[in-house]
Amino acid sequence: MREAWLPLAVLLALGLAPLAGFGGAYETTLMARAMILGMAAVALSFLVGGAGLVSLGHAASIGVGAYAVAILDAHGVTEAALVLPAAVGAATLFALATGAIAVRTTGVHFIMITLAFGQMAFFTASSLAAYGGDDGYTLFSRTEAFGTRLLEDRLAFHYICLGALALSWALSAMLLASRFGRVLRAVRENPQRVEAVGLAPYPFRLVAYGIAGGIGGLAGFLLANATEFVSPATLSWQRSGELLFMVILGGVGRLWGAILGALVFVMLETWLAEQMQHWKLVFGPMLVLAVLFLRGGLAGLVTPRHG
Amino acid sequence: MAEPLLRLDALRKHYGGLAVTDGVSLDVLPGEIHAVIGPNGAGKTTLIHEITGLVAPDSGRIVFAGQDITRLSIPRRVRAGLARSFQITSVVPGFTALENVALAAQARAGCSFRFLRPAASEAALNEAAVAALAEVGLADRAAIPAGALSHGEKRALELAIALATRPRLLLLDEPLAGAGPEETERLIALLTRLKSAYTILLVEHDMQAVFALADRVSVLVYGRVIATGTVEAIRTNPEVRAAYLGEDEA
Repeated sequence: MREAWLPLAVLLALGLAPLAGFGGAYETTLMARAMILGMAAVALSFLVGGAGLVSLGHAASIGVGAYAVAILDAHGVTEAALVLPAAVGAATLFALATGAIAVRTTGVHFIMITLAFGQMAFFTASSLAAYGGDDGYTLFSRTEAFGTRLLEDRLAFHYICLGALALSWALSAMLLASRFGRVLRAVRENPQRVEAVGLAPYPFRLVAYGIAGGIGGLAGFLLANATEFVSPATLSWQRSGELLFMVILGGVGRLWGAILGALVFVMLETWLAEQMQHWKLVFGPMLVLAVLFLRGGLAGLVTPRHG
Repeated sequence: MAEPLLRLDALRKHYGGLAVTDGVSLDVLPGEIHAVIGPNGAGKTTLIHEITGLVAPDSGRIVFAGQDITRLSIPRRVRAGLARSFQITSVVPGFTALENVALAAQARAGCSFRFLRPAASEAALNEAAVAALAEVGLADRAAIPAGALSHGEKRALELAIALATRPRLLLLDEPLAGAGPEETERLIALLTRLKSAYTILLVEHDMQAVFALADRVSVLVYGRVIATGTVEAIRTNPEVRAAYLGEDEA
């Protein structure tokens, strides 16, 4: 683990940022968004770079987690000890249920099926009239942590997001290095070989898909609390595409690259949007150029692959 | 005569009107190298697919170590002790030689749903992998990514992977395909060494190799076994010469 200091440096920088003059409402809101999307991107990177499962429906797991918060909020349940497991559990179950079908396929078929399930979730959310339908749902308040208003505190929320991001990364890295992860990595490269040593790839892919969904649910829980608002846009396929882009921008095959990708993506997007009205005209080509010329992504710039 | 380790009993497989496997019965005895030869289109590949589980036969039975495996999945057959090598080399190119074999050792060692400990630090798996690599003469190549190994080394690595599953039967699908003369020589030497320790079903094109290695040979022509016997008996069998050897040796 020679590279381990790099992701730690990124996390440390995020930890120090509020103390180094970036502690205002604007900056912390922006960083929270980047960290939350980074969390989801790390989980997606685990799927794409680890298991070879290129999902175009990852935003759905964030959405399911976020809607769990909204629906419970509407029914007066705002205790994190209940809401958080519900959000993570719902997203995990959603991933397992859809994954049971999706991970039977590979390549383009897998992309299309995850996209289809994502769209189903999107339209389901749009039709939830009791929870705002198309217009979305505004939370009465942020989730309470054991009766306290901890999540309302700007700094506390910043460090909770940072902790969740670090946890997501550490969990994904640990999984990839384990026996379970070894099978996943082998399946990505050569499923035939894995079968020929006596292991069926399907359950490994399904569990990986469920875990990534659970991390997405955690991101959704935090996202709903960060914005105190949930709408179907949270689970749009464009959001899934953005997450996939963060993974590629950061560098497929390196989990922490996804954190970098999410940070750069969110910062760039925000900065450009402040500079000009038609910022997407600039942002789009920049992304294309990044994909074309940054082989190995941003992480590859920092530490070129050996050999 | 000993109870056969693998018994194919009247296997049939039709593709449309074409009988690709037409009532094949065949025994592999413990400890022997049993070679299956046959001209192109004889149905060797389909037969291998039926034994490994990729293709389900229309009728007939496959009995392995006393267990009917006709309907078992590919991984379950491997866990029952039926390891194979592929006609086109199949390794995990991004893994080192060691990790390729450690994966097989891990599959053999039981549950792979373990999430906490780094697999690379599991001494028992690494030791088993090193032992299998040493058995095929690749011990000093353990740290090389499999994709960077030479063709002959990849073939040997495949054998090491198969050995690490602790098989009762090795099914070798044209292990010499694509190897140069020198590599062929080395692989034959390696197979000769393995011969004493393993039961092998060998499907091979290279007649020299088959006659050098095999204890018994079955000749497959148009989906039927036209003859089974010792190397000598097969060499002199007029039907076999007519169907196969005549055209091949000319």
